[in-house]
Parts: sequence; C-alpha cells; structure tokens
Amino acid sequence: MLKGLLRIQQTFFDLHLIVRVMPNLLRVGLPNTFILALLATLIGIALGLIIAIGLISSRRPIGILCRFYVDILRGLPHILTIYLIGQGLPLAGLSLFGDNTYAYAALAIGLIEGAYMAEIFRAGLQSVERGQIEAARTLGMTRAQTMLFIIVPQGIRRVLPPLTGQFILVIKGTALVFLLGLTASQRDLFSIAQDSAINNANLSPLTAAGFIYLALTVPMTYAVNAWERRLRLGPTPQRRTAL
Amino acid sequence: MHPSTGGVRFEHIMKSYGPVRVLDDITLDVPRAMTTCIIGPSGSGKSTLLRCANLLERPEAGRIIVDGITITDPDVNIDAIRSRVGMVFQHFHLFGHLSVLDNVALALRKVRRLPRAEAEDRALAKLNEVGLRGLERRRPTDLSGGQQQRVAIARALAMEPAIMLFDEATSALDPELVKGVLAIMRDLATSGMTMLVVTHEMRFAREAAGQVIFMDQGKIVETAPPAQLFDHPQSPRLQQFLDQVL
Ligand SMILES: Nc1ncnc2c1ncn2[C@@H]1O[C@H](COP(=O)(O)OP(=O)(O)OP(=O)(O)O)[C@@H](O)[C@H]1O
Ligand SMILES: [Mg+2]
Repeated sequence: MLKGLLRIQQTFFDLHLIVRVMPNLLRVGLPNTFILALLATLIGIALGLIIAIGLISSRRPIGILCRFYVDILRGLPHILTIYLIGQGLPLAGLSLFGDNTYAYAALAIGLIEGAYMAEIFRAGLQSVERGQIEAARTLGMTRAQTMLFIIVPQGIRRVLPPLTGQFILVIKGTALVFLLGLTASQRDLFSIAQDSAINNANLSPLTAAGFIYLALTVPMTYAVNAWERRLRLGPTPQRRTAL
Repeated sequence: MHPSTGGVRFEHIMKSYGPVRVLDDITLDVPRAMTTCIIGPSGSGKSTLLRCANLLERPEAGRIIVDGITITDPDVNIDAIRSRVGMVFQHFHLFGHLSVLDNVALALRKVRRLPRAEAEDRALAKLNEVGLRGLERRRPTDLSGGQQQRVAIARALAMEPAIMLFDEATSALDPELVKGVLAIMRDLATSGMTMLVVTHEMRFAREAAGQVIFMDQGKIVETAPPAQLFDHPQSPRLQQFLDQVL
C-alpha cells in the first residue's frame, strides 16, 4: 500500500524533476503556448466572423459552403486536421511559411477554431433583434451596410464571453502541435514536458506542465463565468422599472 | 399626372400569412401634405398595411405607388425609396450600440454619403428640433421612452423624407410621456408633412388627421374626415369599436 503510493509519487510528482523542467516550461513553453493560442484565436476570429456572416446569408450556395466548412472542421478529430495541414501543406508544396512548423501549427489550429467561432458568432449575429435590422433597412441601408454597421457590432458584443471561453479551449488545444515536431525554441508547454518525460522515463514534467495549464485556464474560466453572469443580470432599464 | 404623386397609393393589396388573409383587397389614397390616420381593432392589419408602404412586408398582389414610384415593380431600387420614407416604430428600435447622435447621423453618412461633420451637424439640428439638445452623447438606454421615441423621429426626419410612417408611436410610452411625442407629430402634420399614422390616440386622429381610415379584418371599412368618422360612424362595426375605445 505504502509502496504503491510511493511509486505514484515518484512517477508523477518527482519534485526534483519538476523543479528542473520548470524554468524551461515557464521561459519557453509558456510564451510559445500563449502566443500560439493567441495567433490561432486571431485567425479563428477573422475566419469565424466571415463564415458566420456566410452561414446566415440569404444566398443559399454561400450558406451551404460555410456550413460545409463548419461541419467538416468540427467533425474531424483535431489531431487529424492539425496533421493534415501542418504536415500536408508543406508536403504538397504549399510551403507558405517555409519550414516554420510553428506557423503551420498556428494556421492549423486557427482554421479549426474558425469553425467553432463561426458558430459562436452566428449565435451572436442571430440574437440581434429584427427591429434593429428593420430600422436600418427602413433608413435605406443596404443588406451589407446593415450587417456591417448594425448586426456585427451588436452581435460581437454579446458573444465576447463565449469567445473568451473558446480561447481557453484553444490554449489546451495547442498541446496537439507537438506532433508537428517543433524546434527547441518553438516548443510549447506540452512538447517540452513530453520531451523531458521521455528523456527521464518519468511523467513528472507533464504534471508540471499540467499545473501551468491549470494556472492559465482555471482563473480565466472563473473570469468568463463572472463576466457572463454580469451580462445576464446586468441592470437593464426594463428590470429597473419592474422592481 | 397620377393622383398619388407626392403621396402613397395602395391598389388592391392582398397579403396572407399562411391561411390567414391579413390584407384583403386594400385600396387607399394617402394624399400628400396631409395626415392619414389608421384606426381599428388589434389584428385588423394596420401594421401590415403600413409596413407594405416601404416593403418591410411584400404584398402578394396589388400595386403600391410611393411619391410617384411604383415600388412593387420588381426592378425598383427599394433602398433608395426607403431612404425617403421615414418610419417610426412602437418600440423605437434605436441602435443600441450607438450614441444618440450616431443613431441620427449613421444613415446620413452611409446612405446619403455626407461627410461626418456635416452629418453630425444635421443630426444635431434635428435633435434640437425634437427638444433633445444636450443628450446627443448619451446611449439610447439612458433615455426615457419618450426621449427615445423622439430620437427615433429625429433619425427618420434627418433623412428629409417625403413621407413619414408611424406605427403606434406612443403605445409603448408611459402616459405622461405620450404628450410630448404627440406634440411633435402634430407639429409635423401642421408643417405639411405627408403622414400615415397607425394610432390608438383618438384625440390625435381627430385633431391632426385630414382623413381617418377604419380597418377591420384586413379590410378598410370606412374612410372619412375625422369629424365625420368619429361623430357619424356609418357601419355598426365602427360604432362598436368607438364605443369601446372612447
Ligand atoms: N409575421 C407574421 N406571421 C404570421 N402572422 C402575422 C405576422 N404578422 C402579423 N400577423 C397576423 O396578421 C394579422 C394582422 O396583424 P397586424 O400586426 O397588421 O395587426 P394590427 O392591426 O397592427 O394589430 P395591433 O393593433 O395589435 O398592432 C394578425 O392576425 C397577426 O396575428
Ligand atoms: Mg400593429
């Protein structure tokens, strides 16, 4: 019994190893993970917004095309998409970023996130009241102007919390890029931890990385929840008169 | 010369939602420089008819001529026509993400293509006209209902419309705020604006309208100058309606 506990402690919580891998995790892995998540999110936001507009478009072919994109990228295992894009594009001669694996990784995750964020944006755009649209069209604004100046700005505001929530998922999702084989200085949290775990035949470096992921994601999750609660319960004029 | 030049003419308008016939062969002249009020029970099709005048609803049959242009023609540029037909809604529909000033200036910039400074000058002048000087930096939700509705009126008037449509513009307001909005509408009527007004304010209809339309079940039942319509209703249905609301 005690021996078992000791084995667990040695395999997952070898303090010596954790302390040794920590500086590299914090100095190299953390910024790489964070920047990768940020880049992918930016790509995802730009792409997601365009696709969301396509999804609610009254032009059927555009809507169908965008629906295809969303269904496929949400339907595939992320690991497969990352592999197809990260390894596949350079293999196919589409070396957009030379042999910069980090950039392919960001692109691959960004393309996946675009699909998820499209659904988030779509919900936001569709939540804008009909009356807002009618008021804009009544003033002579075109469909495109109404979308650009009325629907998009209001729709985006309403989905900022779920969008931030998605960013938390992206942070975790970046762990998959290890399989593209990053150079030493480009490695993310998971890659560094995994390399160290293999070299030492001990899983404690992964535990160390786990703590860092948690330190990022848990506070952000609570912040997003609080934010959403405030948006939901925030004082609205109707509520004030009702009281 | 078409009789409806400058005004609105509805000719044999038909509109259904599923099996429900909401507008049943409506023919109506809304003369220019006059206020036409539409009254009638809930569900009689008043809003639907009004919303046909700028094609927020498309009739299944019939013709609508607005300021000399047959807007039901398939190749007509509806955006250009809408920009000259002001509309005021029961629930204001101010743009929630924009300041009061931007609410009024946006279409001037994007539809009329005025430079920002000019658009804002004109917006300020209109806000001034409806008695909202000094509130231009506020968010719509920080205003009272009456103030919000006046912003909506300023927003429509800033486009210098040939025709103004009002759909129960005061129905969502607290009683003490109704007066201010009605006063603006009355001034507008006196100034010679062509107006089509759906309202439950019978006093407004009596005092401001040149003609009053009574609708029931998708049909126009009576059309007459207000004094005649209110004091000498011809049909039992109108008599019954007036007994209920007066
Ligand atoms: N989008 C819609 N889909 C289905 N039915 C509708 C729709 N809009 C209106 N209707 C129906 O059409 C009829 C006429 O509606 P309309 O809003 O024009 O009446 P109204 O005279 O303006 O009534 P109120 O005084 O209550 O505003 C009603 O029976 C209504 O239920
Ligand atoms: Mg109505």
